Amino acid sequence: MVISEQPKYTKADFESDNDVRWCPGCGDYAILSAVQQVMPQLGIPKEKFVFVSGIGCSSRFPYYMNCYGFHTIHGRALTVATGVKSVNPELSVWVITGDGDGLSIGGNHFLHAIRRNQDFKILLFNNKIYGLTKGQYSPTSEFGKKTKSTPMGSIDTPINPISLAIASGATFVARTVDKNVKHMMDILKQAAEHKGTAFVEIYQNCWVFNDNAFVSYTDKDVKSDNSVYLEDGKPLIFGNNHEKAIKLNGFHPEIIKVAGSNNPLIHDAKSEDRGLAYVLGQMGVENPGLPVAFGVLRKVQRPTYQELLYGQEEQAKQKPKGSLEQILNSGDTWVVK
Amino acid sequence: MSTTQTKIVKKTESLEEAVIRFAGDSGDGMQLTGGQFTTSTAIVGNDLSTLPDYPAEIRAPAGSLAGVSGFQIHFSSKDIHTPGDALDVLVAMNPAALKANLQDLKPGGMLIVNTNAFTETNLKKVGYAKNPLEEESLTTKYQIFSVEVTRLTQNALEDLKLSAKLVDRSKNMFALGLMYWLYSRPMEPTIEWVKKKFAGKPDILEANLRVLKAGYHFGETTETFISHFEIKQAEIKPGKYRNITGNEATVLGIIAAKEVTGLELFLGSYPITPASDILHELSRYKYLGIKTFQAEDEIAAIGSAIGASFAGGFGITTTSGPGVCLKSEFINLAVKTELPLIVCDIQRGGPSTGLPTKTEQADLLQALFGRNGESPVPVIAASTPSDCFETMLEAFRIAIKYMTPVFFMSDGYLANGSEPWFIPSVSSLPKIEVKYRKEKEGFAPFVRDEKTLARPWAIPGTCGLEHVVGGLEAEQVTGRVSYDPVNHDAMVKIRAKKIANIENDIPELKILNGSDKGDLLILGWGSTLGSINAAIEKLLENGHKVANVHLRHLNPFPKNLGAVLKNFKHVLIPEVNLGQLRLLVRARYLVDAQGLNIVSGQPLKVRDIVEAAEKLLK
Ligand code: SF4
Repeated sequence: MVISEQPKYTKADFESDNDVRWCPGCGDYAILSAVQQVMPQLGIPKEKFVFVSGIGCSSRFPYYMNCYGFHTIHGRALTVATGVKSVNPELSVWVITGDGDGLSIGGNHFLHAIRRNQDFKILLFNNKIYGLTKGQYSPTSEFGKKTKSTPMGSIDTPINPISLAIASGATFVARTVDKNVKHMMDILKQAAEHKGTAFVEIYQNCWVFNDNAFVSYTDKDVKSDNSVYLEDGKPLIFGNNHEKAIKLNGFHPEIIKVAGSNNPLIHDAKSEDRGLAYVLGQMGVENPGLPVAFGVLRKVQRPTYQELLYGQEEQAKQKPKGSLEQILNSGDTWVVK
Repeated sequence: MSTTQTKIVKKTESLEEAVIRFAGDSGDGMQLTGGQFTTSTAIVGNDLSTLPDYPAEIRAPAGSLAGVSGFQIHFSSKDIHTPGDALDVLVAMNPAALKANLQDLKPGGMLIVNTNAFTETNLKKVGYAKNPLEEESLTTKYQIFSVEVTRLTQNALEDLKLSAKLVDRSKNMFALGLMYWLYSRPMEPTIEWVKKKFAGKPDILEANLRVLKAGYHFGETTETFISHFEIKQAEIKPGKYRNITGNEATVLGIIAAKEVTGLELFLGSYPITPASDILHELSRYKYLGIKTFQAEDEIAAIGSAIGASFAGGFGITTTSGPGVCLKSEFINLAVKTELPLIVCDIQRGGPSTGLPTKTEQADLLQALFGRNGESPVPVIAASTPSDCFETMLEAFRIAIKYMTPVFFMSDGYLANGSEPWFIPSVSSLPKIEVKYRKEKEGFAPFVRDEKTLARPWAIPGTCGLEHVVGGLEAEQVTGRVSYDPVNHDAMVKIRAKKIANIENDIPELKILNGSDKGDLLILGWGSTLGSINAAIEKLLENGHKVANVHLRHLNPFPKNLGAVLKNFKHVLIPEVNLGQLRLLVRARYLVDAQGLNIVSGQPLKVRDIVEAAEKLLK
């Protein structure tokens, strides 16, 4: 997008005058604030932002942004975003969804939007629970989770949103957490700059129905042992004193000591091969005993859906097949005198 | 061939009209044969109407009843309205085709059969213990013409060294050639078509032409047929014509609307019979900036279309009844957010998967009411294949002017049936004004136009008009989320009134045939128009005081419908459903309307309507 004059905005320009109605203490507040702080830094005129959401706590998000917004129906935000971006590729389109909205009822659209590399951002607020409907288990809830609808514990194996996104061919995949606002803002900025689907999973604490679901990654005493922050081209080092690292043994990540350097794994977000991102995305989620990876897991370039769509249109315009008058008069015609 | 080569002079009988049907296995190319016959017939200047009938299975076992494909054409020197109730000629390429279609042949009608296909195996496949062609019940009732189509085709191609499969595939051309001779049609349009179609395949080109001519000459020179027919040009309004199916006219309507409005057009669709052709056709017009998106499902199809409309384009979604079921929640979102959208429902037999390739009119109530809450949507229906064009333009007009989703109803019969179409000039197309809101002054997402009650179309990218729309109830004017009971009651009523008011902006109903007072009014909607018109002509001929009107607008109804109904002693509403329009009319106008309801997957027959009318008139 070429912008002639850099508009000057502040966070306040992106705050709407609607009362924010999330529960006090909800992780959504931090995400809202991070997004409102990032927007002014992007150099995009405010009227070009569109926030599209589905249904759920997170999906109230557009009401709190002073931007164009569409609070659609449950699970279907990605389909609406597809239409928005396809008729006006100039817009910066952001989809706000949750684990229930995006992966349960909207699971099908998730795969297809991502495989097409639709040119929009998907922020998935993962709180591992249904909040708006008051506490049923979600597709990311742990196996055995006791909720209102699973009094004896869930017998569903959870989905790892990152694995699903990578398997669907996502060109940008990242994970961040509500309590780490600085990191979140950095990730959001990178997502904004990415061309094609930028998928960001945000661990979000639901204070009412699933408090402390991510405490291992936010509590200051334990978080450094349970999380590894990725930087492209840098080794995977973590721990309170940066004393631990990840090493690959075949396809299996292992924890090693940094001391005595055993060749820790170097992150390569731009690898065309999805294998590394997939291994990293599984750590600590599907693969227990390892730290969870935060940061950009994968960032590659592939033509976006809109580039291909308009590319075909341009190609077709080189060989126009006639005006409306000619189209109406085509086929086998005859004249009655 | 042992036929005599001396030219026999054959009689030419002049007829007013004829109804013929080509029937064969789905691999026999009957649709193509019918299509070619239609083109030549149109060029001769007859009025015509067609009815293709093909199986739901793509490759049903060869020679089976399930695999029979047929194409019917009614052509005349007079104005006609339907593909015809009963056949003058049935061309049956195999025993299955005979068995599946014989009941429609008039007593005394011509039955032309490919005797080579009447083998013991083929007869057994469809449960004939004996060759029916030898049964007295047939030979006395019909004029049977046994033609060795397969063998004659093989003979014609003997020296070309084509594969047996290719030879077999050419035999439809023999039937076509023979029918061209029988009804004195020119072969040239088909010859031209073959030359174009097989330009890169000289053997197939040669084979097709040879067999076509062989069929024609067979009629001309052998003693099988003693006379042939001629049907004079119909008296038709002078001008340029083309033959058009309902789906083609729907596509042209969409293209025309795109050109007239200048909007960015976006079709979100998912493959479904009988609507897929609209997606296929439209996807060929990328050079006009038309965007077509084959979505992952019906829901994504409409969701993307709504997104397009929100962003200032125009979204359309095309589907059939099962798809409408899936789209209901999104249609409601368009109702609630008041965005323009067209939902095309090409109705087919239901419920559930039902009869994918057959016609029905049973989605009317679904279009009107198939959603949660009070959810008014304008519904309009095309009445003939070519009428899909104008009806589509009308759907655009209403959707844009009133900021609302609109149901465009067609059905399997209109979609695939065809008729000659007087090609309109571009300058005669209706003007449709598009206004995006630009001024900040006084803007709110739900401030309304005083007259139409439409809200403004303020699109992303417009500075200063940032706003959010959604499915939650909105406060009047501001559009903010509101749970206020008084506001909800007001909004429900405003949305209803906006759509009801459209009655002031649509033409009044006109009596189509008969006078405006009488004993019986036949009221119809959608694809029954042809059959009803033909039935009324018959009833008037029989001296009855009858008339008919036909609805394009089903929600809201034209303003004068109630008054029209009251001028008749009886009202008959023929429908290919169990009485859906009748339910609406009875409820709204308290008239004792009677129904004719045959839900067979086929268009209504003229004789059934005449019979039902005469019963009421007794
Ligand atoms: S229910 Fe949970 S997720 Fe929803 S607003 Fe409250 S704290 Fe946030």
